Amino acid sequence: MSETRYTDQHEWIRLDGEEATVGITQYAAESLGDVVFVELPASGKTVTAGGEAAVVESVKAASDIYAPAGGTVTSANSALEKEPSKVNEDPEGAGWFFKMKLNDKAEFAKLMDATAYGKFVESL
Amino acid sequence: MSMNNQGRPTSSGEAGTTGLATISGDRGLDHEEKLIFELGHGAVGVDLPDVKISDRRLGGLRRKGAIGLPGLSEPEVVRHYVRLSRMNYAIDSGLYPLGSCTMKHNPRLNEKMARLPGFGDLHPLAPQSTAQGALELISQLMNWLTTLTGMPAVAMSPKAGAHGELCGLLAIRAAIESRGEKRPRILVPESAHGTNPATAAFAGFTVDEVPAKPNGHVDAEALKAKLGPDVAAIMLTNPNTCGLFEGEVKEIADAVHAAGAYFYCDGANFNAIAGKVRPGDLGVDAMHINLHKTFSTPHGGGGPGAGPVVLSERLASFAPIPLLVADGKGLRLIEDREAAPAGAKPFGRMCAFHGQMGMFVRALTYMLSHGRDGVRQASEDAVLSANYILASLKDVMSAPFGDGPCMHEALFDDSFLEGTGVTTLDFAKAMIDEGYHPMTMYFPLVVHGAMLIEPTESESKASLDRFIHVLHNLATEARAKKTERFAGAPHLAPRRRLDETAAARKPVLRYRPPDSLKAAAE
Amino acid sequence: MRYLPLTADDRRAMLARIGAADVDALFRDVPKAALAPLSVFDLTDTKGELEVERILSQLAGKNIAAGAAPFFCGAGAYKHHVPSSVDHLIQRSEFLTSYTPYQPEIAQGTLQYLFEFQSQVALLTGMEVANASLYDGSTATAEAVLMAQRITKRGKAILSGGLHPHYAETVETVAGLFGPMVRSAVQPGKAEDLAALIDAETACVVVQSPDVFGLIRDLNPIAEAAHAKGALLIAVVTEVVSLGLLEPPGAQGADIVAAEGQSIGNGLNFGGPYVGLFAAREKFLRQMPGRLCGETVDAEGRRGYVLTLSTREQHIRREKATSNICTNSGLCTLAFTIHLSLLGEEGLTRLARINHAKASFLADRLAALPGVEIVTPAFFNEFTVKLPKPANAVVDALAAKGIIAGVPASRLMPHDKSVENLLILAATETNTDEDFAALTSALQEIL
Repeated sequence: MSETRYTDQHEWIRLDGEEATVGITQYAAESLGDVVFVELPASGKTVTAGGEAAVVESVKAASDIYAPAGGTVTSANSALEKEPSKVNEDPEGAGWFFKMKLNDKAEFAKLMDATAYGKFVESL
Repeated sequence: MSMNNQGRPTSSGEAGTTGLATISGDRGLDHEEKLIFELGHGAVGVDLPDVKISDRRLGGLRRKGAIGLPGLSEPEVVRHYVRLSRMNYAIDSGLYPLGSCTMKHNPRLNEKMARLPGFGDLHPLAPQSTAQGALELISQLMNWLTTLTGMPAVAMSPKAGAHGELCGLLAIRAAIESRGEKRPRILVPESAHGTNPATAAFAGFTVDEVPAKPNGHVDAEALKAKLGPDVAAIMLTNPNTCGLFEGEVKEIADAVHAAGAYFYCDGANFNAIAGKVRPGDLGVDAMHINLHKTFSTPHGGGGPGAGPVVLSERLASFAPIPLLVADGKGLRLIEDREAAPAGAKPFGRMCAFHGQMGMFVRALTYMLSHGRDGVRQASEDAVLSANYILASLKDVMSAPFGDGPCMHEALFDDSFLEGTGVTTLDFAKAMIDEGYHPMTMYFPLVVHGAMLIEPTESESKASLDRFIHVLHNLATEARAKKTERFAGAPHLAPRRRLDETAAARKPVLRYRPPDSLKAAAE
Repeated sequence: MRYLPLTADDRRAMLARIGAADVDALFRDVPKAALAPLSVFDLTDTKGELEVERILSQLAGKNIAAGAAPFFCGAGAYKHHVPSSVDHLIQRSEFLTSYTPYQPEIAQGTLQYLFEFQSQVALLTGMEVANASLYDGSTATAEAVLMAQRITKRGKAILSGGLHPHYAETVETVAGLFGPMVRSAVQPGKAEDLAALIDAETACVVVQSPDVFGLIRDLNPIAEAAHAKGALLIAVVTEVVSLGLLEPPGAQGADIVAAEGQSIGNGLNFGGPYVGLFAAREKFLRQMPGRLCGETVDAEGRRGYVLTLSTREQHIRREKATSNICTNSGLCTLAFTIHLSLLGEEGLTRLARINHAKASFLADRLAALPGVEIVTPAFFNEFTVKLPKPANAVVDALAAKGIIAGVPASRLMPHDKSVENLLILAATETNTDEDFAALTSALQEIL
């Protein structure tokens, strides 16, 4: 059974067993505007919770994407190289950024669930 | 539409008549123009004889294939570029309100002087005895720059403002290293122009941002709290990017110096204070001067610039080569670090040769023409004009720091557009339809939807009044939610809004002949 | 003359609307002690056009223009004939007094010529993509090294001994912060063995061709040696007219090309402003510094051009930008592209042949002089001779006779005694038989 959590930096992380998938939320994708390029982490890269993991570029801005939890990157969504528009079309599905193995599932459990994130977005 | 008795209409009719489709695709004086690669091959626009050569001295590397360049006659080439030029806005066509760019009039006398053969046709490595007039000109310009800024020295070689920033930071780095210290941090306000943190990173430092206060000024207390033995320098723009003079600058400079650090000043806004305030009196250690802003050298569609850097006593000895010295026989450039005069420790070289001589001639021409009284008057008029615009528009546009005077540029934000459906971008594009280049948009980053207007001293009052009238009306319409003008603007320029997303997602950065594209697809 | 349209009445009316008593009230944030009185500035007051012209003409008159004497200087800046229409066109208001094309709808003139320029540079250098120009060849070379350091994640750069010393110094000043800069031996007229210096820490090898002594270098084996160790080859060209006759760096394995475009469209100008050309392989696109102009369409489907991939640049990426550069070479870039459009394929080819023919002719005449040796076996329009005495003194003596005889190698390499007698000479289409005769007979007298 997979579970999804959210950060206050508008990243989502979905845990399926041992593997976690990371991307940005609909809200973030909308604020960014048309995504033109995504700089993804290499497999094997270690990331810390809140550390820089990827970069998303629109025409006029570049935004850092932070890892929601610490761990090691196992793969990245290479489809985004040819079609960065997937991030705008389906940010919480086909527009995923990278997969990783978590160091500590407790970091995952601490994050906001869907309801809490929804309230957070409303407060902005 | 009414007619007189000859049947000629007496009013211009409705906008719909401009939709006439032409056969050529051109519209009156507005010509479409293809790429030069699409226009012609095989002709030659110069008169050169065809000589035969042997290739015994070419090392076996004579070119085997064609380059692929187009070939046109002179009349065709001239027509191509004239038609292209007519698609550009320019200072000579109208007010160019770009904040922080100082789009002042570019005098043609500058152009004439730069083209005197004694300057334009002089090789940088010709024997120095044959270039004494050029060296004298550089020396005179150095005198103007150091006198206007109240600083003892100036490095002339940087090729542009950003290059000057790098020069200043490298001098600071060298000064710190000569003290045997390590100071990796540089403090930069969050309102700073992007070149500041970029240059700091380029010079090997890490950047630490200082917040701005709600009143648009740098937070001096926060800045002082960040000082420490690992801070090399602060980079401040004064007047700042919100168009305000940092009144606490001297206190900040004193605190910075007491902490063993240096004060780099971004001189982009020097046009507000030239001839009136000397950065040297404010504790500045290094400041680049944009000759293409303050001193009228032309912007040329994006360059060339020139960014000489004035230096304080603390930094003067680290100025890069070449150095200009006077000895008994005349003026001389020292191009060898080891031949530098006693006490001089140049940190290196910023570029080949000696600097942007062509821009030096133009800048000195401007300075001699204006004189010190004219330079001062220009600064006062620049500040006066910006305040006139601020005072005339703040009833309909939101000026976040409009309670007091501004310097040479007036900052507005998009609060006045809230709820109208019109963004800063739409507002700016509507200005294009009115015949104006938009102001600087979305900079500085410290306010939302920023609009930064810098008229400069080159505008007549009539020109300012006309500009105010148009902006006043645009703002009033936007606030009344009459959005037709704004949605999808510009409507009347040579191009409508361009798809920048497609340009970034699938970059096409050069011409490819159609057959090669077909071949690639197969 | 002062370019100040406001009258005293205007100023009064404007102050009234603002509600300020005088203009100094607007400077109220400036500490009183910092407001300088006019008398503090020891400078001249306003002068009329006539007087300013007189002053500047006097200064210009103290220099010997290249066109006023037999002239043979090169070493990174070359005298070529620029057709009259170039200078007229670049002075059109819409080119001269316009700004960077950030509002593309009203800057298609600038954007289109930049796109054409990028295309021309890519073709000339044989590379896949070129930018819209940097400041000059030397800073372009430094940017290339920084780019190679970023791409390979290594710091070391090998700088060929044939690289123009000013270029090498510029690279050391800027890229030396991020890794060791290794200069290989200076061997005038010979291709030094660079392969031996390349190792697993090398980010790039920087080779100039034709080099500072005029020698045409074969880049192919150097490219192979570099690539074998995971390093990049940066090719530097200081005389772009050579690309009208020689194999381009892109066809010889270069990864990045940094060049000086001054030879085409731009005069000598005592060292600046010039125009830096920068081209690279497409796979390195996102690491490129400087502006890029791209093709797109507008809301009505018409083809148009915009600055693109701006997220690499300082105004967006700030401290993570690929460079801090803000301007390009604007008008110098335009002059380059117009001149090259006038030359075209055939004109550039002829120009290059004429240059080589002139230099070849001069080399033969000089080689016939007793004691004079041609050091460079393969050259384009510039070569080095070895004189029987120090070249510096020879050049100064000839300057006193009104001949600008070239650049002594010691001017560029003041600490290398082995180059003391070397003189670097260039000959272009602007040199006449009279120039050559004057030089050879004057040399005969002095040597």
